[in-house]
Amino acid sequence: MNGRFGEYGGQFVAETLVGPLEELEAEYQKALVDPEFTAELDRLFRMFVGRPTPITELHRLGTTEHGVKLWLKREDLTHTGAHKINNSIGQALLAHRLGKKRIIAETGAGQHGVAVAAACAYLGLDATVYMGRVDAERQAPNLQRMKLLGARVELVDLGTATLKDAINAAIREWIAHPDTTHYLLGSVVGPHPFPTIVRGFQSVIGREARAQFLEENDRLPDAVVACVGGGSNAAGMFSAFLDDPVRLVGVQAAGEGRGGEGGHAAPLLYGDPGVLQGTRTYLLQDDDGQIQLTHSIAPGLDYAGVGPEHSHYKDTGKVEYISASDDEALDAFAALSSQEGIVPALESAHAVAGALKVAREYESGATILVNLSGRGDKDLTSAMAALQQREETTR
Amino acid sequence: MKRLEQTFADNRIKGETTLVAYITSGYPSLGETVGLIAAAEQAGADVIELGVPFSDPLGDGPVIQATGQAALDTGTTTAATLDVVAEARAAGVEAPIVLMGYCNPFLRYGLTQLYDDARSAGADGFVVPDLPTREGAEWLANAEASELGQVFFAAPGSSTERIAESAAASRGFLYVLAANGVTGVRSELADGIDSYLERVRSVSGDTPLAVGFGISRPEHVAALHGRADGVIVGSALLQRIGAARDAAGRRRATTELISSLKAATR
Repeated sequence: MNGRFGEYGGQFVAETLVGPLEELEAEYQKALVDPEFTAELDRLFRMFVGRPTPITELHRLGTTEHGVKLWLKREDLTHTGAHKINNSIGQALLAHRLGKKRIIAETGAGQHGVAVAAACAYLGLDATVYMGRVDAERQAPNLQRMKLLGARVELVDLGTATLKDAINAAIREWIAHPDTTHYLLGSVVGPHPFPTIVRGFQSVIGREARAQFLEENDRLPDAVVACVGGGSNAAGMFSAFLDDPVRLVGVQAAGEGRGGEGGHAAPLLYGDPGVLQGTRTYLLQDDDGQIQLTHSIAPGLDYAGVGPEHSHYKDTGKVEYISASDDEALDAFAALSSQEGIVPALESAHAVAGALKVAREYESGATILVNLSGRGDKDLTSAMAALQQREETTR
Repeated sequence: MKRLEQTFADNRIKGETTLVAYITSGYPSLGETVGLIAAAEQAGADVIELGVPFSDPLGDGPVIQATGQAALDTGTTTAATLDVVAEARAAGVEAPIVLMGYCNPFLRYGLTQLYDDARSAGADGFVVPDLPTREGAEWLANAEASELGQVFFAAPGSSTERIAESAAASRGFLYVLAANGVTGVRSELADGIDSYLERVRSVSGDTPLAVGFGISRPEHVAALHGRADGVIVGSALLQRIGAARDAAGRRRATTELISSLKAATR
């Protein structure tokens, strides 16, 4: 592993972390070829996570307007309700191999925090989760779930008190205790080897979905769509289709929908390359290289950076990156719920909104596979409030 | 670079520990920074480490984070910090000045332009805490071309091979992290620091060693005499500066702490 995705990635970290990162990379490489590890991971995927998750054919969304058939990969049906558990279980097993009993993690939407808390409770590890205070307020149910699952939750007041600041707090804690602690990073971001490891554990999504789609349709989808904050669910999904003649589309958060003028979290559309939190990637930054404020209604997408692999795919054109605004995500959230009986996470609602945009470009009969990365229980309060507010202002 | 090498060499001959004082550029305001640099130099600081603020300083604890944020809030940038260096030189500051900052603002400025402008302003080198040697090739090439220093790090958990690599790559001095964790005031030097420093010294060749992280009291400085070429004080100084009431008080606080630490370098 060289830790690069084209000119992106790398290991821009304090010297204190170079040793632990080397150790992690070495253990991961050993684990990958250890039949005992892969068997244990498969077993946990099956009997703890609830894999394989199904794919679901939609009957109204997409079909009604465009005659395009949408299929969802149902990561919302995993234990704890999002794809995050795939990586959490995998890395918790790695930490166990490394002899590290103490796990720290960041969380934005709380889905990664809940997944880490559950994985650690199940495997007997000690978990501390860092969460921005702003996120904790808008994702209160997940805060309670983490505590119930036995994790310590540290609220972070620094900076914008969202995902980026939670990552900063977790990295600082790791620098303080590199020998005894494993940092269970939840997305394909951060220094090498995290982007590779997290993609590795999430690649089960793409492997399953590709086989399932072929089984149901006797052909591959015309397009595969996933939302991209840090980008782990997309990286896992896309990984199975990189050599196929399939259009890959990542959907970033356009937030307030003012394009490049701010109020969004779409570095792949409006950012420039730079270095943040250990990796070189597209960032939202000002002329002085300071990281800018971001906004998305979906906390899991509310991040100024993105996984370095996605930056590489943007430059090479392997993946096309579009965006969906808060409003478009809310529309998709409501529509998928009422028309198809599935309540998506606000993050995943961006993927659905993006898929509906993509659908307009196809002839009737085309098929689109969408990664429904998580379920929306955590978002009920904030989404209902936003929908109600929108109704009042348009009245 | 020459000025930096000379400072460590002179102090080595005198048997004194080189005292490095960290000051955040633009804290509490850009207008006061030159005065604080001058006060530190006059009180005995041999080298000034001037912090270029960044929104996400991962290697810094609460004290330096807060000063950096305050500096950003008043409009401090990399370019403004280079102006501070030039003003300090115009005001007669002769101590070497190394710029401490994180990768992103420097990359945004453009490395070649940055090293050129830093040299023109009168700076002596760069300390970049999120730049390990394996990512440092382009930075080192610029440092060499501009004859500026480039400081890499050793950490308590670093393998001997990596310490050797960091020391060999460093131009000016090797920054020896006294402890795991981020910058901040600590009451005691870390356990086992003597054997760690011996391990560093066994592979660092002629590269001077400056120890930082948790150095706040004269007894810390005295304890390191003869074991390291230099000591770096940051959070303790900024804490004193932050606690003072006005500009004169901030200069006085600088003078007091640096003088007391300086006395322990001999």
